[in-house]
Amino acid sequence: MSGARHLYVHLPFCAARCGYCDFVTVVGREGRHDEYVDALIAELALERGALSEPLDTVFLGGGTPTFTEPGALQRLLRALPGCEELTVEANPETVTPELASLLAAEGVTRVSLGAQSFQPHLLETLERRASPDVVRRAFYHFRDASFDNISLDLIYGIPGQSTADLERDIDEALALAPEHLSWYELEAKPGTRFTHAHGDELARQSEEMEDYFERVVDRMTGAGYRWYETANFCLMPTRDGDRDLRSRHNLGYWLGRDYLGLGIGAVSTVGARRWRNTPRLGVYLEALANGERPLREVEDLSAEVKREERVMLGLRLDEGVLLADATDAIDVRALDRLVAADLVSVGPANGAPPALILTGRGRRLGDGVTAELLA
Amino acid sequence: MDQDRIRNFSIIAHIDHGKSTLADRILEVTGAVTGRDMRAQVLDSMDLERERGITIKAQAVRVDWKGHELNLIDTPGHVDFTYEVSRSLQACEGALLVVDAAQGVEAQTVANAYLAIENDLELLPVVNKIDLPQADPDGAAEEIAELVGDTPDHALRVSAKTGQGVEEILDAVIARIPPPKGDPEGPSRALVFDSSYDQYRGVVAFIRVIDGSFRAGEPVLAMAQGTRFEAEEVGFFSPTMQPADTLSAGEVGYLITGLKDVARLRVGETLTSQSNPASAPLPGYRDVKPMVFAGLFPTDSDDYPELRDALERLKLNDASLSYEPETSQALGFGFRSGFLGLLHMEIVRERLEREFDLDLLVTAPTVAYRVETPTGELVEVHNPADMPDDRERVEEPYVRASIIVPKDGVGQVMELATERRGRFDHMEYLSPERVLLLYELPLGEIVFDFYDQLKSRTRGYASFDYDYAGFREGDLVRLDVLVGGEPVDALSLVLHRESAYARGRLLVDRLRAEIPRQMFDVPVQAAIGSRIIARETIKAKRKDVLAKCYGGDITRKRKLLDRQKRGKKRMKQVGAVEVPQEAFLAVLNLDEAAKK
Repeated sequence: MSGARHLYVHLPFCAARCGYCDFVTVVGREGRHDEYVDALIAELALERGALSEPLDTVFLGGGTPTFTEPGALQRLLRALPGCEELTVEANPETVTPELASLLAAEGVTRVSLGAQSFQPHLLETLERRASPDVVRRAFYHFRDASFDNISLDLIYGIPGQSTADLERDIDEALALAPEHLSWYELEAKPGTRFTHAHGDELARQSEEMEDYFERVVDRMTGAGYRWYETANFCLMPTRDGDRDLRSRHNLGYWLGRDYLGLGIGAVSTVGARRWRNTPRLGVYLEALANGERPLREVEDLSAEVKREERVMLGLRLDEGVLLADATDAIDVRALDRLVAADLVSVGPANGAPPALILTGRGRRLGDGVTAELLA
Repeated sequence: MDQDRIRNFSIIAHIDHGKSTLADRILEVTGAVTGRDMRAQVLDSMDLERERGITIKAQAVRVDWKGHELNLIDTPGHVDFTYEVSRSLQACEGALLVVDAAQGVEAQTVANAYLAIENDLELLPVVNKIDLPQADPDGAAEEIAELVGDTPDHALRVSAKTGQGVEEILDAVIARIPPPKGDPEGPSRALVFDSSYDQYRGVVAFIRVIDGSFRAGEPVLAMAQGTRFEAEEVGFFSPTMQPADTLSAGEVGYLITGLKDVARLRVGETLTSQSNPASAPLPGYRDVKPMVFAGLFPTDSDDYPELRDALERLKLNDASLSYEPETSQALGFGFRSGFLGLLHMEIVRERLEREFDLDLLVTAPTVAYRVETPTGELVEVHNPADMPDDRERVEEPYVRASIIVPKDGVGQVMELATERRGRFDHMEYLSPERVLLLYELPLGEIVFDFYDQLKSRTRGYASFDYDYAGFREGDLVRLDVLVGGEPVDALSLVLHRESAYARGRLLVDRLRAEIPRQMFDVPVQAAIGSRIIARETIKAKRKDVLAKCYGGDITRKRKLLDRQKRGKKRMKQVGAVEVPQEAFLAVLNLDEAAKK
């Protein structure tokens, strides 16, 4: 094994926790940003052997990476190994012209802006701090700093979101002409504060919202975006020179490549081993201050599990999963059924080797299709 | 003991009218049980009986009162066990007919009183619970008098709870119930009126000696079945087992047979001595035939061996339970089981779930149908799925139902009975307020939800009981349910042609609501033969994908997938359609659903 060519760095700090969020985040404790960056740099030093440099991609996710105190953020960016795609996630209310310039100057090639919605009442439901104007302004700050690869994160299926609300969000997002869009369905986890507050409303609306995903896909593909992954869209190369605007970092996950994750709650997969760092800030900081690896939850991945994950993730892509990679993991009788039901097709994608590719309807029913294929 | 000093009697009553409490009080008053040992309801030994307030197994207890030997024979309180009740009554010369002073005569009182009269018993009417504030002893006494053709002042008034009037009952038993009149010197004959199974000693027969006597060590013959065994021990209950040298004419007690199979000694048998056998058995023995059938399936198909073992063990104690293996495409391996009636079915099911810790799926109960095929062959059908398509005629069992209802509920009851193809027989006023209605009804109409409907339409005031009245021809059809074009065998029903449409529609609606949407449209249909009479479509899902797969946390995504795969495994596969067990349950509980 030559080592991981993808690096994820988790910056957990946020000004406030949004009700629907289930990522590892830390609210308050501004004073510890520097200390945390020190720990990240220390962890990188401990794990550097697992990396194969130069790296393909680095991704700073959160939390709110752009909420990190600018000096600390800059110090981190300078300490990271070089790579071809360096993405930073940003929350609109933290984006200033100065921050945009700082990121550009430090070699960031791609930003992912957490817009979520452009409707004030929906942003309020999500407990987001930015107004629609702040979202748009943030986008232009990045453009002004000459970012030419901007992604917008949007959410559909928000309690109280009507079909007209969704259409307006799609219009507003397209109006900004981002290179890339991620559309996530809101996941209301049972037992959370958010579900407690909005679960009934969501249940009431579930029938109405059933076609939101279909609408999003139709509008995106109609506007010239490539539906390259279940929830992700990028401008077609024809519309934007020869650039492949898919998220190279996330493709790494979806293609089953190795990646190293740094920071609290971060996951790494290298070879047959996956581990997840402790989500507890104090525990993490203390270990690295002592030059030790943080507490981790380790999972050994059998060849069977690896194969299954390959299919599970690969089927989310428009290019599908290579038949050669899938044959040992799938139930062939189920495949016949699913092909007959026009949910899966088998064929060479653009002259490439044969692959299992979900049809449009198959992709919308992707979880069920995958469960049946792998059963 | 001289037969003149023996009295054999039982207590018959509607459920909750105080039969068990009265029995307890009699044991206490006669000193058979001291206050310290007194457990409420000593005679009901099974937990389940205690909880449900019903008695499944008859037992007999000997008490002494004023120089007499009184045998109190307990009877099952419900008509599912009519045969057992009538065997128990045949062991007696008289019965206490107990009526709740606040409730008056109820349907079971009527059914049991008729049984007692058919058995030529001397009836002692007893009005119980006179201590209750809402008691109306005079009204209840008049209703009993009306029922048995006696005068109201003949009824004894007691409170089994406080003990008031219990001694007077015992005096009346001696004064009014005749002594046994068998031949103490003739060849021995005894009636087996009940039995139970002891894992060490085998079948224990409860017997009433009619003629001659029985002693331990004696070779015994069961005359109807020809079963031979040695009496390992004879004795009586007082209330615990007391071995005795002999049981002689007129006496009641137990006889330990050592037999390892209850089926070899049926209730109703006549025992005699192998060395000096009687020339004829006692009259009236018949083999009890199950009338109600249902499929029992383990919720988890891995539990099939446990279910088989549990049924085997229950059968040891319950000769009237029958079962044979059944395979359902939808539900897998299980057993088609036969029961005496609905209550019997409910008891078996509860015992399986409670005593054997099984999770069961029980199909809709059906009755035994007699079918004549075009070739003239006669077959008995216990499973709707087995109902032949070609049939000359079908007969179904009927019952004689007694329904007692306040007079302003008569219209509701008549309407229900008519809907259920009831034939009105007659009605009579038990009192100015309460009416007894007698109907003949197909048992198949009762096993659905008749009792629930009766209760709900009369706001709980009606009481109901029935007795079997033979088979009659009916215009019956088999209703099949198809999911995705495949028949679901477990949901087939036999019912009258006229109710097929309504029920077909209800089944289809319910299934549509219960079967989760699939990746393709699923038609749900109800059919009679090849004719579709109701149809609904479960629309295909438009979306089944969790959009997010992010941040490298692939394990979480995989766990969600595993959960989805496990969910699929719990589904029952009908063709290409996955049907959750809950859907079957919901459909099988159709009647409850219809009420909501």
